[in-house]
Amino acid sequence: MLFYIFAALAVLSAGYLVLTRNLLYAGFSLLVTLLSLAGIYVLLFADFVAVLQLMVYVGGVLVLILFGIMLSSRVHDDSVLSKSSNKIWGTLVFLFVSTGLCYTILKTNFSLLPWLQAAETDVLGYQKSTVQSIGIKLMTDFVLPFEVASLLLLIALMGAAYIATENQKV
Amino acid sequence: MIEPIPLEHILLLSALLFSLGILAVITKRHAVLVLMGIELIFNAANLNLVAFSRYDPVLLQGQLFSLFVIVVIAAESAVALAIVLRVYQYFKTANLNKIVGEE
Repeated sequence: MLFYIFAALAVLSAGYLVLTRNLLYAGFSLLVTLLSLAGIYVLLFADFVAVLQLMVYVGGVLVLILFGIMLSSRVHDDSVLSKSSNKIWGTLVFLFVSTGLCYTILKTNFSLLPWLQAAETDVLGYQKSTVQSIGIKLMTDFVLPFEVASLLLLIALMGAAYIATENQKV
Repeated sequence: MIEPIPLEHILLLSALLFSLGILAVITKRHAVLVLMGIELIFNAANLNLVAFSRYDPVLLQGQLFSLFVIVVIAAESAVALAIVLRVYQYFKTANLNKIVGEE
């Protein structure tokens, strides 16, 4: 039941993001979408991913996007309102992609897939949290992607700071 | 025990979010709004990964993959917004239809 409330919130606010012309309203509707997705992650037994979604997305990326809106448009005049273009083609592609995906999902009988039948859904063992096993896996099986991710973050930090600097000597 | 959510419903929600993100990317003119559409697409993909990770409770590969996706999104949005700021300073607009190269 809670899942359907979160899902309706996510779809409604994503639709409002597409329909509205105001940049700030679009940013805040993206906030509602991300928060309800974090709730859905909790319902799917992914507590660490939910907390990371809250910290990185809602705390970091969304604040960055709001800064981007405020620095790239003057709020007092019309530039905070953004018109849409390619409406007909966009709607056609939207209808094509969504009906294609929904048709495929509804056509597939997931309960007959062998690897889904073999899996047990409600097994987290004696512990009901995924934090400990994710920590152990990050330091053993996934240590190379973990280090590469930290390197990527460092490079992105340096690159973003360099690009955004004013009066740079080329 | 909680009644498990049917997998089809999660996948349908993810498909809807994905196509709404594509709609935002195609129709919007402001560069930051296009970035928000890309965020929606990333989130739809992440939802799929987490949903299938429920059937893999020992290895948790889907959840770990979605963690790395979130890291990549953070780096991507930082660099993309820096580029948008430079474009705004250079062209005095962030409207993608008005950004044209010099002859």
